[in-house]
Amino acid sequence: MIDLHIGEGIEIAINWLTDNLSVVFDIIREVLTGIVTVFETVLLFPPEMVTIVIFAALAWWIAGRGVGIFSLVGLWLIASMGFWDETMVTLALVVTSALVALVIGIPVGIWASRSDAVASVVRPILDFMQTMPAFVYLIPAVLFFQLGKVPGAVATVIFSMPPAVRLTNLGIRQVHEEVVEAARSFGSTDRQLLFKVQIPLAMPTILAGVNQTIMLALSMVVIAAMIGAGGLGGEILKGITQLKIGLGFESGIAVVILAIFLDRITQALGAGS
Amino acid sequence: MAKIRVENLYKIFGPKPKRAISMVEEGKSKDEILDEIGCTVAVSDANLEIEIGEIFVVMGLSGSGKSTLLRCLNRLIEPTAGNVYLDDDAVDVLSAREEDLRHIRRSKMSMVFQHFGLLPHRTVAANVSFGLEIQGVDQSTRIEKAYETIETVGLSGYEEKMTGELSGGMQQRVGLARALATDPEILLMDEAFSALDPLIRTNMQDELLELQSKVQKTIVFITHDLDEALKLGDRIAIMNQNGQIEQVGTSEEILSNPASHYVEAFVENVDRSKVITATSIMFDHPERVVEPKEGPGVAVRRMRKWGISHLAVTNSENKFQGFVAIDDAVKMQKEGKNTLESIIKHKDRGIIPDTPVADILPMVWDNNIPVVVIDEDGKMDGIVYRPSVIAEITGEEVESAKKLDEIEEPEATESETEVEND
Repeated sequence: MIDLHIGEGIEIAINWLTDNLSVVFDIIREVLTGIVTVFETVLLFPPEMVTIVIFAALAWWIAGRGVGIFSLVGLWLIASMGFWDETMVTLALVVTSALVALVIGIPVGIWASRSDAVASVVRPILDFMQTMPAFVYLIPAVLFFQLGKVPGAVATVIFSMPPAVRLTNLGIRQVHEEVVEAARSFGSTDRQLLFKVQIPLAMPTILAGVNQTIMLALSMVVIAAMIGAGGLGGEILKGITQLKIGLGFESGIAVVILAIFLDRITQALGAGS
Repeated sequence: MAKIRVENLYKIFGPKPKRAISMVEEGKSKDEILDEIGCTVAVSDANLEIEIGEIFVVMGLSGSGKSTLLRCLNRLIEPTAGNVYLDDDAVDVLSAREEDLRHIRRSKMSMVFQHFGLLPHRTVAANVSFGLEIQGVDQSTRIEKAYETIETVGLSGYEEKMTGELSGGMQQRVGLARALATDPEILLMDEAFSALDPLIRTNMQDELLELQSKVQKTIVFITHDLDEALKLGDRIAIMNQNGQIEQVGTSEEILSNPASHYVEAFVENVDRSKVITATSIMFDHPERVVEPKEGPGVAVRRMRKWGISHLAVTNSENKFQGFVAIDDAVKMQKEGKNTLESIIKHKDRGIIPDTPVADILPMVWDNNIPVVVIDEDGKMDGIVYRPSVIAEITGEEVESAKKLDEIEEPEATESETEVEND
């Protein structure tokens, strides 16, 4: 048997990146820190009850009365358990990561849908990103960005991006061939075809991708607490390490409520379009 | 004037298109080429000239490459070899650069699709104005134009409905309106009515013909339905399973003179009586008439000469007046009168050249009086005899009808002899 030391190679590569591209990483860290801080500040600025009512109203408006009532009760429960600040920190991190993942993922998905060559390169990369155990991303993230929220956000972006790419690609490719031909036969440019026909018709599928990205981001943000991302994940981690069963479950329930809240709203967006 | 001219057009799908073309030239079939080099020959050496203002139908079974041929005209599918010209060869479609091609698609030709190809997220009006939107026409102009076109196709009142709320027939009207809204010179219609119920399909065919009489576009219509082809087509091209065009001609030419066994097999089961018209079964017998002033004597002599019992009467301008019967003429001759005016009968036995045989049959069913074909100016164009009509209806070959004419001649000599014996 030949001894292959892929791990060593990767270590060398990562060390090289840390040494030589620190400026790039610094810029990324500053930008991400900025975005997360803005979201945290905005979310934590008003009194709890005001935010809860706003969120519940938003849920009602987008997803109907049931989801509205659930959000009101659920978020109130979170606040009553004393996890409001942690929940908002987690939400800020989820929103930031999902936003970055979508800003990168949707254009890549569009690109992949227009070229089989791009699609065949992108697919194995997405497979890799999705199946690599989430914890593994934490190590280079820490090396590049030190401990804290930024490496958490970066690991989350990588972990949550694949569905956005995949479903955007799928949605555009699924637009009926005849509709695309019709648009072309009237002399559409590629851009007109994309924005007037393909994206509008692919929108339900693209929004399903958005929903999946947000849900994956939430699950990863909780794990990212291991490298100091804080929020609800931090409480769960405390529950595990200190064997506080009650704390673990309470914060776990808060994650579930937040997950349902985000899921129902983004799903309703997809169904509505 | 050839609005569209297609020259040696090939479309080969697969890895070795050049090789496939030379194999086609060697005379190999589609299946052989697919087996040997894995290429599918969709269109094989197509040559067409489509005249301005005609409905040109391309007809073939599924897989014959007819839809591919249509898409080669606006390059939705890029042909492998050949040429497509528009406007008497003024526009070379296949060498047009992307920008010019877009211009051709925007202003010269538009397309109607089998499954409509509508945008389900838009209203009827927004669908119809799509072509204009693409061209950058401003909102109010294009909505105005859209409403106008929607009225043309009979969909007024549905402008702000979503297309999904409409029935298939109505959706295809939207598709047709969308194609008409850009005022194209050419309409490409790909199995446009094939997805519709039979009854709706017939309605749409009638309406297309009516619309065409108003708008006078050059229409290339693809169908697999021979009846549809015969009904709509001014001329028809029949494609075979090798992607070749077997025959181009009017419906009558195709039914009466199939160019190959393939076409013959195709047209075998057509209800000929609805397609074959007076023109193709009439005889040009300019001498078998009599003018009223020529008198009964001349009429009797002529009828005896040809052995016929009725003779068409025309005036000096060759306009059809009616028929005289031999017994009336003989009677008149005996009475010594010299004009035919008073014995002219059957003035209603004139028909237009496009009258289908099915409509002539009742006129000759219970009598042996011929029917006269009258052209647009009211002049006599030819004569239809009962045996030709019967032969056409019973499906006998046209030759047998022609033989009848030959048979008549000897009979005529016989009767002439009789007259002499008298």
